Amino acid sequence: MTTPDQHQDTPPQNRPQSRPQNMGAFTPEAQAEDTCTKPSFYAYFIKRPIVGAFSLLTGMGITLKTLCNVTSTVTQEYPENRDTLTMPPAFRGQVIMPHDEEGEHKCTACTLCEKACPNGTISVLPMKNIANKKVLGKYIYRFDQCTLCSLCVEACPFDAIRMGNDFEHATVDKDSLVMVLNEKEGRL
Amino acid sequence: MDTSTHQPVQQSVAERLDPHTATTPLGDWVRELCDAPDGGNLLSMTINVIIIIIAICAFSSLTAMVLVWMERKLAGRFQRRLGPTRTGPFGLLQTAADGLKLFLKEGFRPNASDPFTYYLAPLLPLTGAFMVLAVIPFGPSMWIADPELGLIFISAIAGLGVLALLIGSWGSNNKYSLMGGLRAGAQAISYEVSLILCFLLIVLASGETNLLNIVEGQQGNFWNWWIIKLPGAGFIAFIFFIITSTAELNRTPFDTTEAESELTGGFHTEYSGIAFSMFFLAEYVHMFIAAAIGATLFLGGYNAPFEFLPDGWWWLMAKSYAIIFLYIWFRWTFPRLRIDQLMALEWKFLLPLSLINLVFAGILIAMGWIL
Ligand code: SF4
Ligand code: SF4
Repeated sequence: MTTPDQHQDTPPQNRPQSRPQNMGAFTPEAQAEDTCTKPSFYAYFIKRPIVGAFSLLTGMGITLKTLCNVTSTVTQEYPENRDTLTMPPAFRGQVIMPHDEEGEHKCTACTLCEKACPNGTISVLPMKNIANKKVLGKYIYRFDQCTLCSLCVEACPFDAIRMGNDFEHATVDKDSLVMVLNEKEGRL
Repeated sequence: MDTSTHQPVQQSVAERLDPHTATTPLGDWVRELCDAPDGGNLLSMTINVIIIIIAICAFSSLTAMVLVWMERKLAGRFQRRLGPTRTGPFGLLQTAADGLKLFLKEGFRPNASDPFTYYLAPLLPLTGAFMVLAVIPFGPSMWIADPELGLIFISAIAGLGVLALLIGSWGSNNKYSLMGGLRAGAQAISYEVSLILCFLLIVLASGETNLLNIVEGQQGNFWNWWIIKLPGAGFIAFIFFIITSTAELNRTPFDTTEAESELTGGFHTEYSGIAFSMFFLAEYVHMFIAAAIGATLFLGGYNAPFEFLPDGWWWLMAKSYAIIFLYIWFRWTFPRLRIDQLMALEWKFLLPLSLINLVFAGILIAMGWIL
């Protein structure tokens, strides 16, 4: 890799070419050999209109099919269908920590998510259990700082956190956005 | 040339009212009220003119409202959305709500603009629209003016809308506006040529420039309409009419005048509030007018598609709305043309082909090869 500073004392003709020499039909020579700018009579006046007309008709057919197919509508009328609303699988609502039936999560307090987060949203507070092993004490998640970028989820090696589907987050109390994601402190 | 060879032979002409002298019940009633049953006096004429003006204004605003709603609804469906649903049943009051919003907005004029031209421009497009609406025959007795040179009148007035864009874009003293206005001017000058060649073909075929006579010449079944009656040439001319009128209306794929991605709104960049809504309204009224002219010239105007069905304004409306559906369909399917492609399409393709088509139609008519 060369930086622009290193070019200072190299003569222009010896500088590495990052772009191709012929950038298009800007010089007379390039224009003469550039066949793209001068299509033949057949290509321009006969082939192109026919191909173009067919492709336009194809497009009109597609839009007409969409118009007639009422079931293809993707709009969801939100407040009315609130009970039956299904979010697309890739939707990123907020970071959640799934718990199994015994109320246990998979987090090992490795703090990789904390380091991956660009906004300092997550604070993993570890603690020692009876066996003097490091376990998760508090998983603090500040939703008001989160940009829902999902980097923490990708960083977690244990699939302990996920992006949830909930999106009704409006609140008048900013403090309620700072939450502890794990249900109980520590584990055996 | 013996014009009788291509005039439709009509047996029922005697039963039909002569559209040039037919009167409407409302007009008759006003005349009777003013003690001037035939001809009319000053009072009855004044009242009738006021009624006509109110009717045209009401019709224009209603048309614009319906068309905006239709466009938004269809646009939604074309793009797998629902379109407006919240304002009134099926979102029918959406245009009214939009209009109200625009009325309440501040009419903001840039400091460096020229007040006279800036405020003149929004008034012109609707003026032109009203003048064209006056000569369109909606039904056998539903027309306002019946000039002998109706078609030439229309082609003369149709340029007024573009004049408004030019004036407005110059008056608002903004480079984006000016670019949009200049594009509109260039586009109108170019496509007007092909449009008038389409008109000329109808004039050649029917031997008339009076719109009522053109419509009356297409009486009978649907194969008496010029789109079918001139074999081939009529259909080609209709397609050219649709393309050129879309360009004249500055609608996608020819909306280079307001190309949002290049000109941030084009000629109406600096307009807001009521001034913008005037442009917006006129755009949709023009769309109806273009469709109505197309229906009048090529699709038999207010004539029913079959002889046994009654003629009337409802047929003109149905045909116009079919053409308007085409315009909307184009808009939500095709990408915008670049300005040089736009000019190439007109000068390299449409204009030569229209001329060839005109000669072809002339040969058909001269040889009497007409359905
Ligand atoms: S989604 Fe992004 S911003 Fe939010 S906690 Fe995870 S890494 Fe941080
Ligand atoms: S959530 Fe995952 S990455 Fe974050 S501390 Fe727990 S185990 Fe580590």
